[in-house]
Amino acid sequence: MSSGESPQQLVDHLFRHEAGKMIAVLTRIFGIHNLELVEDTVQETFLKALQVWKYQAVPDNPAGWLMQVARNRTIDLIRRQQKLADISEELSLRLGADTEQVIGQFFLDTEIADSQLRMIFTCCHPALNPEDQVALTLKTVSGFGVSEISKALVSNDATIQKRLYRAKEYIRQHEIRFEIPAGEPLKERLDTVYTILYLLFNEGYNSSKADELIRHDLCAEAMRLCKLLTEHRVGNTPSSFALLSLMCFQASRFDSRMGDDNTIILLEHQDRHGWNQELIRRGYYYLNLSATGDRLSVYHIESAIAAEHCLSPDFASTNWETLLKLYDCLLELKPIPIVQLNRSILLAQLGRLETAIDTILDIPGIAQLLKHHYIYNAVLGELYGRAGNIAEARRLLEKAYELTPSLAEKKLLRDKMDQLA
Amino acid sequence: MKDFLFVFRGPTPEDLKLSPEDMQASMQKWMAWIQQLNEKGLYGGGDPLLPAGKTVQGKKPVVTDGPFAEGKELVGGYIIVKAETLEEATELASGFPDFQLQGSVEVREIMKMPMPS
Repeated sequence: MSSGESPQQLVDHLFRHEAGKMIAVLTRIFGIHNLELVEDTVQETFLKALQVWKYQAVPDNPAGWLMQVARNRTIDLIRRQQKLADISEELSLRLGADTEQVIGQFFLDTEIADSQLRMIFTCCHPALNPEDQVALTLKTVSGFGVSEISKALVSNDATIQKRLYRAKEYIRQHEIRFEIPAGEPLKERLDTVYTILYLLFNEGYNSSKADELIRHDLCAEAMRLCKLLTEHRVGNTPSSFALLSLMCFQASRFDSRMGDDNTIILLEHQDRHGWNQELIRRGYYYLNLSATGDRLSVYHIESAIAAEHCLSPDFASTNWETLLKLYDCLLELKPIPIVQLNRSILLAQLGRLETAIDTILDIPGIAQLLKHHYIYNAVLGELYGRAGNIAEARRLLEKAYELTPSLAEKKLLRDKMDQLA
Repeated sequence: MKDFLFVFRGPTPEDLKLSPEDMQASMQKWMAWIQQLNEKGLYGGGDPLLPAGKTVQGKKPVVTDGPFAEGKELVGGYIIVKAETLEEATELASGFPDFQLQGSVEVREIMKMPMPS
């Protein structure tokens, strides 16, 4: 070994990604009902590899080597099962030669990708509840440890263990199949997968409580899984590309959203030079790839909205008219209060302040929403402030301040109240 | 140059319940440490030890399963390192990556006496 060489670097998150692959392949071989056994086997494999590599050297292709070890262990386990099965020596011999061959097939690259997709689809089974889906995906697909999941989701180990247990129990009791659905069920399942991936992304993007590295990890992982989806014949749909494009656009702003002292920097105040151009470029690339077929998804529209912001060199030059049209489309697919709220902000940007305020007041159930959710108070308060109704503005901003648990949000609201005439 | 045995003690990786990410972080640190020793020509190899074993002791002797040492006490592996003095060897031992994981290093000089021919 020549001196002065910097130590060999393992690719970021290599072990996590390989663990995810391994769990998928072994689940395909041993069956989803054996998920615990599979997780234990994968853990053992990694631990042994770690121990040996510590003292010798990491092989040139650590990923390949890990898979090899997993494969050999699998063949051993299968052979052991065969021994326990009371079969003739001849059959045993015949199976012996074939076992390696058969098991080997599961470890081909195309089959590994297929198994990973099955795992994603199984974790995102619509009968499981979303938080369980998220936890199970992070554990078995993304290779996160339980503590890593609790840190990422700002929860605790016991809660996460419970979610994992519930999910696995459900899968076992209802004999959920480890497969890629076809036909109509496939469309529905893909929709669930998108929801979970987007949920995952937002946990990383919007959480202000988890630490920055973990939040970054979550966003990156959501994007990685979405990309994995697009690389498979079943997943390379326009909606998959639209979702991936949306994530790229949002991720490009990841670093500009928080100030040093954990203050929130609103879109209008963000330094656009700090937006990651490479991610924006990729956002457009995937947006283009999504512009096919006859199904306009929510992700297409949300991505177009994000693209519009990224296109604009500064806040003032943003094409508010186009954004309003996009929000009109979004509202048709997602007629929910928060979309109405965001649309009203656009109306205000276009100078239609009274209409904006009326739009909010017309939201079905607005009284309850104002009672419990800070964001409606914050936006309505801001608009009243702009309209000159200072008393009402102050009242609403105070209510928002009261309702939000976030220190960063509180600071923002305090600043807005100070700015009121 | 003398040879020193570094005896590593600590909970097993199984006990530590390391996640894949934790394992990779540990791996990076070990790679860096061993590489450092290698570059200076001071690394004499080493091996991990499986935790299960037997203890043979007593006058008869008697064989028992074990060692069932407490987590922190269990010997997990060893390496051989070259150094001029115990002080130097101990200095090198400070690069051991698993202190945060309740690990420890025992540094012992390997006795050598040239045999008369």
